[in-house]
Amino acid sequence: MTTTGLHVVGRSVERSDRLGHVTGRTRYTADRTFPGMLHLKMVRSPAHHARVRGIDLAEAERVPGFVRAFTAADVPHNRYTILSLIGVEPEDELVLAEERVRFQGEAIVAIVAETEAAALEAVSKVRLDLEELPAVFDVEEALRPGAPIVTDWGTNTFMYEGHPCRRVRLGDVEAAFASADHIVEAVYRSSPIEHAPTETTGCIAVPEPDGRVSVYTNTQALYFSLDNTAIILQVPGNRLHFIGGTVGGGFGGKVDVIVEPIATLAAMRTGRPVRFVYSRAEEMLVSSTRSAWRIAIKDGVMADGRIVARQVTSYADSGAYSRQTPYALTKHAANAAGPYTIPNVAIDAYCVYTNRQPTSAMRGFGVTMASFAVEVQMDRVAERVGLDPWTVRFINAYHEGDLRPHRKRAEDVTLIETMQAAATLVGHELPAELRAMTSAPRPDGDGGPAR
Amino acid sequence: MTRLRGIGVAAVNYPTGMNLGGDPSQALIHATTSGSFVVSLSSTDLGQGLRTVIGQIAAETLGVPYEEIVVDLGDTDEGPHCMGTFASRATHRVGNAVMAAAREAREAILDVAAEELEASPDDLETDGEGGLRVRGVPDRSVRIADIAALAQFKYGRTISGRGSYMKPKSPVDPETGAMDPDSTEAHACTVAEVEVDTETGQVAVLSIRSAYEIGRMVNPALVRSQIEGGAWMGMSHALYETTAPYYPSMDHRPRDFSEYLMPGPLELAEVVESVVLEIPSSNGPYGVKGIGEMTANSPIPAIVNAVYHATGVRIDDLPITPEKILRGLDALAAAPGEPER
Repeated sequence: MTTTGLHVVGRSVERSDRLGHVTGRTRYTADRTFPGMLHLKMVRSPAHHARVRGIDLAEAERVPGFVRAFTAADVPHNRYTILSLIGVEPEDELVLAEERVRFQGEAIVAIVAETEAAALEAVSKVRLDLEELPAVFDVEEALRPGAPIVTDWGTNTFMYEGHPCRRVRLGDVEAAFASADHIVEAVYRSSPIEHAPTETTGCIAVPEPDGRVSVYTNTQALYFSLDNTAIILQVPGNRLHFIGGTVGGGFGGKVDVIVEPIATLAAMRTGRPVRFVYSRAEEMLVSSTRSAWRIAIKDGVMADGRIVARQVTSYADSGAYSRQTPYALTKHAANAAGPYTIPNVAIDAYCVYTNRQPTSAMRGFGVTMASFAVEVQMDRVAERVGLDPWTVRFINAYHEGDLRPHRKRAEDVTLIETMQAAATLVGHELPAELRAMTSAPRPDGDGGPAR
Repeated sequence: MTRLRGIGVAAVNYPTGMNLGGDPSQALIHATTSGSFVVSLSSTDLGQGLRTVIGQIAAETLGVPYEEIVVDLGDTDEGPHCMGTFASRATHRVGNAVMAAAREAREAILDVAAEELEASPDDLETDGEGGLRVRGVPDRSVRIADIAALAQFKYGRTISGRGSYMKPKSPVDPETGAMDPDSTEAHACTVAEVEVDTETGQVAVLSIRSAYEIGRMVNPALVRSQIEGGAWMGMSHALYETTAPYYPSMDHRPRDFSEYLMPGPLELAEVVESVVLEIPSSNGPYGVKGIGEMTANSPIPAIVNAVYHATGVRIDDLPITPEKILRGLDALAAAPGEPER
């Protein structure tokens, strides 16, 4: 490079889409309309867990404006999992339910009709014969013997290469607990939350004269949606053209591939544009949420505040299907000891299936609840040893080059400098020895603190 | 009635990009006849401003004004593969791909300019405002826009560039968990101040003040937007939101924003302050790290710790509802001075 200095990186140039956003003229997916467009609505399970004994469409088909109904038998590759693209198995989710529904709101029949009102009317006329089954909603209850089994593989946990949890092991936590001055234990819990984007999940699939289908969608990942749709419909990728890029908030919820495959199938089978846009109630009750978490932390702490062992056992509720949650547990396991250097760490992170609505990616993917648990735990540790909350974080903070529990040397580390900047911002005077610290590699050179 | 005030602190790291890697993003750039540059992507702008920061990175690398960049994103026929906008990856991954594409396009510009100016490409420099000159010879200069037109109509050449960025996929050892789960780490430290009403159990967040270290800011105003939005989302997570307010009963789950509890304008923290350290990362475009997700993380434990500091009630079960506060205060009153465990 022959330029010197930076000209536009680092400047607050006005965002290029600002005028459209603030005047309401930006065109989002659901703002589009096409001649002859049909509307898709789902018949959903009223039960949390049930066997599907029968589906009676006769009355629905007589609703004026009804065009067509789709059931599992109409979907070429009905059983899928979105992360199969990066090698995650097994395929566990159904585009439309077959013999069993596993959460309240699970899609069973897709109805397309001339108007939204006709589609809703037809949905209300579908008669389902369901045999309700016992359901489980709690991650720890789901792991007890005799609990209802949600999956098809006989356990309520995702299997990580032969283990029912993602494991991280460094050193010997039991030996370190035995020699620690204090043991500090607590269990942290969280409820699921909704992504709550301003724009609900949706798409419009439009058959083109050349035999391709244009799919206007607010997915966060266009090729991810296209590739999964091609697998589910068993069509070559070149039949599909996905168009989006302008999205009214995602927060992870729009990495799922839920609306595009069935809308595209309906467009191909009817030869007409098909619109499938979630109502706010569907966004709330059916689309993915953040997992419910339960995180147990046990720390071995020396009298001077050094944490010498940390054992973390985490359970994240995947709901009825995998979606992105098994991958979130791996990211969780990599971060569950926090930004601290602890020589003995054992982490077991379980991805648990229940009869709740599926969970998936959400802002902070596996780390948000780890940060909550670890940072409240750090205050507990501080209180136990009689240190202030700042000091206990500084003396345990990781440094550049430290060995992390997952055995990678830490890179680009600035935790200490960031805490110093926060103290300055709020006018909290740190003791001189904390002000003098840096994240620079430790002098002993092996990346582990002298213990 | 008493209003009790407390302060809580929390410090976090956050990894940039899909944690195990294997998540490519690609970019194409070409010049138009008038010297604009079209950046073609299949990436997505979620409202956070990706279009703008991509334009800034392309302009910076090409050496042209920001206004000359057209960012064409969100189309699988027009843009090459992008894994998607998630995992705090877009500015880092897409930015790196765009930077690589812009470097290749820039070399094509310099080749044509060198021919036109009868100079070596190595002796040319850009001024960042669309001008190009022979180093040390101010009168031998040319506009990049003119070079773009000459490339088309005089030399019959393309001015274009291809870029790709991917961190190779890391395996995970199933026994030890040995893995490479990040590209770079961003950091945050939040100090929250709360006021708890001991009669109603209501928690008011007075301020959320944070320091961030995110490598380099491409657009400081957009970074501030992320920090403010994340602070409110974290606050909402800590104090308000649940999809199952009557758990373990699954009845009466909220169906819309009138039933799903979130803070309104009167409840949001009035003070959201931040300071951003810029310590460039080793592998981000111009040293960036991801900030997208992490801004919602540190406010949550900072608020929980502040509530404890204010009241002595330690709540380990999110969200912190007024009921949990009042029950905790009752328990403290029943057993004053009882150590926590």
